[in-house]
Amino acid sequence: MERPLTQNIKADGTYCTIDEYRRNGGYEAARKAVQEMESQQITQTVKDANLLGRGGAGFNTGMKWSFVNISNPNEQRYVIANGDEMEPGTFKDRLLLEGDPHQLIEGMIIAAKALKASQGFIFVRWAYKKAHQTIQKALDEAYQAGFLGKNIFGSNFSFDLHLHTSVGRYICGEETALINSLEGKRANPRAKPPFPQISGLFGKPTIVNNVETYCNIPHIIKNGPVWYKALSRSSEGGTKLYGVSGRVKNPGLWELPLGVTVRELLFDYAGGMQEGYKFRGLLPGGASTDFLVEEHLDTPMDFASVAKAGSRLGTGTMIVLDDQTCPVAFVHNLIRFFANESCGWCTPCREGLPWVEKILEKIERGEGTEKDIDILRFHTKYLAPGNTFCALAPGAMEPLQSALKYFIDDFNRHIHEKKCPWKK
Amino acid sequence: MITIYIDGKPYQVEEGENLLRTCIKLGIDIPYFCYHPALGSVGACRLCAVKRYRDANDKNGRIVMSCMEPVSDGMMVSVNDEEVKNFRAAIIESLMTNHPHDCPICDEGGECHLQDMVVKTGHTYRRFEFKKRTFKNQYLGPYIHHEMNRCIQCYRCVRFYTDYAGGKDFGVTGAHNKLYFGRFEDGPFESIFSGNLVEVCPTGVFTDKTLRSHYTRKWDLTHAPSICNQCSAGCNIIFGERYGQVRRVLNRYNEAVNGFFICDRGRFNYEYINNKDTRITQSYVLGNPADSATVLNTLRNVIATNKVAAIGSSNSSVEANYLLQQLVGKENFYADVVAEDWEVLKTIKSILESNTVKVLSIKDIEKAEGVIVLGEDIYQTSPRLALAIRQSIRNKPLRKAQKINLPAWHANAVKTFIGHDRGPLFVAHTEANWLDEISEKTFRKNTSEIEQFAQAIVDHLEGKTLPQDTAQEVKYIIDALTDCRSVAIVSGTCLKSKKIVELSAKIASLLQSRNIESGIYYVVPKSNSMGMAILAEQSMDKLFGSSTPENIILLEPDLVFTDAIKSMLASCKNIIVLHHSRTAITEMANILVATGTIAESEGTLINAEGRMQRYFSVMPPQENVVAAWKWLSSLLGNNTFDEILIKISSDIPLLRRITEVAPDASYRVNGMKIPRQTPRFSGRTSMLAHKNVHEPKPVDDKNSPLSFSMEGTQKNSELGLMSFYLMPGWHSVQATNKLLRELDQVLNARSAGIRIWNS
Ligand SMILES: Cc1cc2nc3c(=O)[nH]c(=O)nc-3n(C[C@H](O)[C@H](O)[C@H](O)COP(=O)(O)O)c2cc1C
Ligand code: SF4
Ligand code: SF4
Ligand code: SF4
Ligand code: FES
Repeated sequence: MERPLTQNIKADGTYCTIDEYRRNGGYEAARKAVQEMESQQITQTVKDANLLGRGGAGFNTGMKWSFVNISNPNEQRYVIANGDEMEPGTFKDRLLLEGDPHQLIEGMIIAAKALKASQGFIFVRWAYKKAHQTIQKALDEAYQAGFLGKNIFGSNFSFDLHLHTSVGRYICGEETALINSLEGKRANPRAKPPFPQISGLFGKPTIVNNVETYCNIPHIIKNGPVWYKALSRSSEGGTKLYGVSGRVKNPGLWELPLGVTVRELLFDYAGGMQEGYKFRGLLPGGASTDFLVEEHLDTPMDFASVAKAGSRLGTGTMIVLDDQTCPVAFVHNLIRFFANESCGWCTPCREGLPWVEKILEKIERGEGTEKDIDILRFHTKYLAPGNTFCALAPGAMEPLQSALKYFIDDFNRHIHEKKCPWKK
Repeated sequence: MITIYIDGKPYQVEEGENLLRTCIKLGIDIPYFCYHPALGSVGACRLCAVKRYRDANDKNGRIVMSCMEPVSDGMMVSVNDEEVKNFRAAIIESLMTNHPHDCPICDEGGECHLQDMVVKTGHTYRRFEFKKRTFKNQYLGPYIHHEMNRCIQCYRCVRFYTDYAGGKDFGVTGAHNKLYFGRFEDGPFESIFSGNLVEVCPTGVFTDKTLRSHYTRKWDLTHAPSICNQCSAGCNIIFGERYGQVRRVLNRYNEAVNGFFICDRGRFNYEYINNKDTRITQSYVLGNPADSATVLNTLRNVIATNKVAAIGSSNSSVEANYLLQQLVGKENFYADVVAEDWEVLKTIKSILESNTVKVLSIKDIEKAEGVIVLGEDIYQTSPRLALAIRQSIRNKPLRKAQKINLPAWHANAVKTFIGHDRGPLFVAHTEANWLDEISEKTFRKNTSEIEQFAQAIVDHLEGKTLPQDTAQEVKYIIDALTDCRSVAIVSGTCLKSKKIVELSAKIASLLQSRNIESGIYYVVPKSNSMGMAILAEQSMDKLFGSSTPENIILLEPDLVFTDAIKSMLASCKNIIVLHHSRTAITEMANILVATGTIAESEGTLINAEGRMQRYFSVMPPQENVVAAWKWLSSLLGNNTFDEILIKISSDIPLLRRITEVAPDASYRVNGMKIPRQTPRFSGRTSMLAHKNVHEPKPVDDKNSPLSFSMEGTQKNSELGLMSFYLMPGWHSVQATNKLLRELDQVLNARSAGIRIWNS
C-alpha cells in the first residue's frame, strides 16, 4: 500500500530535514512545476486528480484554484496554508507539520506557481509549538537551498513563504476569519461573496487550503492524476490521514486509501473497543460532524459516502463514544467548546450556543425537563446553515442533532431519573 | 428598473440596491438592527431574514439576509413566510436572553429600536431561565452615558465611530457572548462625533447624558425643526423641550447637508438656553427693569431723534438683521466683522454669486473623488464637513470595487477590498489637523506659502513652467486629480487670505475646463455669515477710532471683546443691546432688550454654501422675552413673520426665494397645523397644577405652520416641518428610514433648504 503523505515521517518524532527529503525525491515536483509547467496546466492536473479539500468541506482543489484570475502579472496574489487545526479530536495536520514540513512547502510552491502568487503564509495553531520550530527550520533550509525567495530553481518565478502563529481561537480556522486574523483584525469571518479567490488577504486574490491538501500536491505533480486516483478506493482521489480517538485499544493516525470503511478503521487499525467498553457511536470527522452508529459501520470513509450516511467526512479523524461515557455529558463538553469559540459576530450562534450549553448542563445535573429537549431541538434548526453567518454554529449542531436522534433515550433518562445515570 | 416579486407581488425597483433598503423604500417593513443607511450592511444581527426562492417551482426557499442580497431581476422572496417570521422572532428571543429588559429605567424607552423590533417580530414569551451576563459600565465623559448590559451586539457603534468617523479610542473587545463595546479605559470620547452613538445605537447602551440630567421621555417632549448655529455648515437639528427647558438636540435628516450625523458641538451645546444665571429674562432701561411698552417707547425716541449705528449678528437670522438694517438705514448698518475678515467674506460671496464655478454642498463633497483643502482646519471650523471629506476618500477606490461587482453598501467587504487604498486628498494648512492622517499628502506651510502653493497649482494648470521642486509637487497633485470624476476645492476664511479664496475658485474652474467635474466650498465663520455678507455693506471697524457713533444698537452680539470694541462702546452715549444672554457687552448696555434664543424664535440662516434654511421655535419665550425680529418688527410697523419674508424677497434680489424656504403660517394639513408634540404627549392638565389644575390653551403660534400642541398630524406634511420622527410601529430615530423614499428625493425639494446660487 502506498503512503505518499507519510512516507518521510520518522518514528522518533524528529522532522525530515531538507537533505533527507531531497534524497527521497523531494522538491523534484516543485522543480518540474516551476521550470516546465504552465500555471493552467498545474491547476488542470490537480483538478483531474480530483483532490478534495482536506480541511473538512471537501471542495475540489483544482476547481477552487481555477476561480483565481491570474491574467494580471502585476496583481498581488497569496497562497495560505490553513494549519489552525483546532477541531476537537483532530491531530492530522500536526503530524505533517511536525514530521515532514518540506512536503507542505513544496506543495505551496507548486500552488504559488499555479496561481502566480508571490507571497504565501503558513498559519499554524498557537499551541503547536513544535510545529512552529520545524516549519521555521524548514523554511530557512528551503530559502538556503534557493527553493524559496527570488528566482527559485533559477527561474524567473519568485515566491516568499512566511510562518504565522495563530492566537489560538477555533474560528481562526475558518478561512475568511483566518484572513482577517492574518491582517491583524478581529477573527470574524467575512461574508461570501466575495470569495477569497476574488478578494482575500488585504483584498487580493487568495487561496486558502488545508495543510494536508497541500501535502498531496507534490505527489500529484510528480506521478500524475491517474496514479493519484488509483490510490483511492473511491472516485475521490488519493490517500487520507485517518485518526481514531476514544476508548479503543489502539488510538492513532494512519494514512489509508480514501474510502476505507468505518469498520476497518475502528477494528483493523484502532483494534476495536478496550476491554469492558462497548461501542455506541462515533463522530467520523471531528467534533462538528453528526454521529454515526452501529448501522453505519460499513460506510466507506469518503466525502460522498459519509454524507449519504447523514454525516460528514470532515477532517477524517473520528471520536468514538463508548457505553460508559454519558452522551449528554459528551455533547455538553463539545458545545461548551463551541459556545466559547463563537466569534460573537452573529446573533444565533453567539446567543444560541450558550443557551444550548446551559440546558445541556442542566440536564446533566438532573434538572432538565421535556421543554428543554424542545429548546435543544429548536436550536438544531435555528442554527442551520445559512441562518448563521458562518459554518461554526451549524457544525456545532451536528453532534447535538444526531445525539438527539440516536441517544434520545439517554436524554430522557436524565430527565426522568433526575440525575445522570452515568454518575455514581 | 427591474422587477422583483415580494410575496407574489411584482414591484419595479432600482438595480444595485440591497433587498432590505429596497423593501424599506417600498414601505414593506422588514425588521433589522445592524443595517444603517450610512454604514451599510454587514449581515451580523440576522434579523432582516427573508425567504428567497430559486424560481416559481421552488416551494421551500431558503433563508437569506435581505441586507446582504442585491436585488436582481425576477428575484422572488417572501417576507411573510411563516418559517422566516419564526426565525426573526427567534433572533429577538436570542438577543433578549441577555438583555436586561429594564425599559422602565432606560433612557431609550419609548424611542427604542429594540422595543420596536420586539413588538414587530412578535416575540412575547421568555423561555430562557438562566442568569444573564453583566458588564461594568464606563465613564465616557460628560455627554454620553454607558449601560453595556443592554447591548445587542449589532456593531453599529464601532462601525460608526471607527470606520466612518475615524475614531481610535473606542472599539469592541472580547468574544462569544461577552463582547464589550467601549474605550480602552474610562474617559471622555476623543471624537467630536461621539454624540451620534446615541442615535446610531439601537438600544439604551449609549444615551445622552445632557438629556439624562433633566430627563423626559420622547413622547413628552415638544419638538421643533431647527438649524444648528454653532458653525457655518448649517446642520439640521431637532430641539426637544419640556417645562420651558431645552432637554436635548437630535440630528434632523437633510440629505444635502448633514445626512444622519451632526457633531458634538451641535448636539451638546444648548445648555446656555436654559442657563438661569446668564439668560436675560427682563429688559432694562438705564438699569431699571422695563416692560415692553417702555422699551419700545425709549427705543423709538432714541431712533427718532438721533443718528443710530447698528452692528448686526452673523449668528442671528436674516430676518432680524434685515429689520435692524431697515430700522437704522443701510448706511448705518455694519457687519460684525473687521475689515480683513470682511474683505475675504465679500470675496467669497462674489465668487459664489458670479456663477463661474460650481458651489458644492456637503453631500457633493462626500461624493467627490478628489479633494484639496487650502488653508482651513475643517475639523475645527466645520466638523460635519470634515466628516464628509473623510468619506470622500473611499470614492475612487470604490470604482475598483464595482469592477468585481462589490456594491458600496457591502460595508465590510468594501472595507477589506479597498484596504489602505484611498482617493486623493491634499491638505495644505498652517497647523497639523485631523485630516492629515487620511490625506495622500499634507503640506505644512504658512499663509503666504499656501498662497504661493495655490498660485503654483493655477500656473501649472495654465501651462506655465514652474521652478523644479514646486513643479514636481504640483504635478503630483494634478496627476492624482486628473483621473477623478469630481474634485472639490475646500477653503475658507480661517487664514484671512483673499488670495487663497480667489485661487481656490480658479483651480476649480481650471479643473472644470479639463472636464473634471469640479467645485468649491468655503467655510465661513458663523452660522449666518453668508446672510451677513449678503445684507451688510460695511464692516464694523469703520466705527472704531474717530468715527465712533453716539448711539449704537448691537444685535445679539457674539463678538470677541477686543480693545477696539471696548473703547468704541466706552465713548457711545446710548448702547442698545438686544440679547438673550449676558456677556461683557451686555454689561455696558444702557438699554438692554431681552430676546429669545434660536430655540424661542423663528428665522432663516444661510449656511456657507448659500443654503437658506428655516428654524422654528420649540417653545414660546418666557414672559418679557421676545424674539429679536419681533422687537424690531414692533418698531417698524408690526409685520408678521411672513410679511417680513415677502419684503425681504422683494427688496434683496439674492434672497428672492426666501419665502419658499418653508411653508407659510397658513399652511395646513387636513385643516390643521402641524403638531410639535407627539400624539402621546402627557400631563397637559397636571403640568401647571401648582398654579391651576386645568389644561391651558396651547399658545397660538401666529408665525409658523406649527402648533404647540398634539393636535393634527405630521403625516403628509412637508418634511421640513417634521418636528420628530415617529411612525406607526417605529418610535426610534430609525423612523427616519421609513421616509427613505421621500428623503432620497429631497435634494432639490425645499425641505433641504433653498440654495441661493447654482441650485
Ligand atoms: C469554524 C471552522 C473552523 C475551521 N477550521 C479549520 C481548520 O482548522 N483547518 C482547516 O484546514 N480548515 C478549517 N476550516 C475550513 C476552512 O474554512 C476552509 O474550508 C479550508 O481551510 C479550505 O481548505 P481545503 O479546501 O484544502 O479543505 C474551518 C471551517 C470552519 C467553519
Ligand atoms: S456562526 Fe458563530 S463563529 Fe460564525 S460568524 Fe456567527 S458568531 Fe461568529
Ligand atoms: S452598544 Fe449599541 S450600537 Fe454598539 S453593538 Fe451594542 S447595541 Fe449595537
Ligand atoms: S458641523 Fe457645525 S452646524 Fe453641524 S452640528 Fe457641528 S457645529 Fe453644528
Ligand atoms: S440587518 Fe441584515 S443581518 Fe442585520
